[in-house]
Amino acid sequence: MKFENYMILEFPSKSCNEAFARSAIACFAAQLDPTLEELGDIRTAVSEAVTNCIVHAYPEGLGTVSMRCRILKDNVLDIVIKDRGVGIPDIDQARRPAFTTGGADRSGMGFTIMESFMTDLEISSKAGKGTTVHMRRKLQRRK
Amino acid sequence: MHFTSFLEDGRLTVALTGEIDHHCAKAYIQAIVAKIESYTPDICVLDFGEVSFVDSSGIAVVINALRSMTQIEGKLLLTGILPQPMRVFRASGIDKIVEIKEAVS
Repeated sequence: MKFENYMILEFPSKSCNEAFARSAIACFAAQLDPTLEELGDIRTAVSEAVTNCIVHAYPEGLGTVSMRCRILKDNVLDIVIKDRGVGIPDIDQARRPAFTTGGADRSGMGFTIMESFMTDLEISSKAGKGTTVHMRRKLQRRK
Repeated sequence: MHFTSFLEDGRLTVALTGEIDHHCAKAYIQAIVAKIESYTPDICVLDFGEVSFVDSSGIAVVINALRSMTQIEGKLLLTGILPQPMRVFRASGIDKIVEIKEAVS
């Protein structure tokens, strides 16, 4: 697929990197001149995907989270967030609203929010190999 | 995490600030639940006026506060919610189970 621009980031699964990841995507997406609402949606979806890697992927300690973002034609922002952790045994169950294997401080709404805020969302996962979340958001062209 | 709180006539107001994500949510939950348990207010108001960002961790903060207030038969109220947090609360349906006042459009 042809791209207009891209960036790749890699960072350890530390919770302080949730804020870093959403700031980084906001800076990268700024060149598409998004509305505040679009920018908020993208930051939220990235925060959810990165949080999932941090909370669920590496229960034994720290691992690597990678984020690749591309700008495709027609103002489409394409984001892939990947870990090499334990994987999700049942993706349909994980996508169900309010389902969580986390503690009382988790709401189980992460995938629901990613689905509502992005144009497309695909999740692939393999036990022991990791999880990839691929999402896209088409941004409105300003007149 | 930074917040201020005060109690007046059985009304506990907790003013949250900054960005609420998984990194700080647990500390917020523990602090809010501890305040509710020690003051047992009739009403708890979570003031989101200075909260610029929430993700689903913010929903967990609200749900835990709601659970604590329900246990003591009190009421939870959210105020001052800015547009980004409001979109997250609407997407999750939290606006249907908790009373929201003075959302900022």
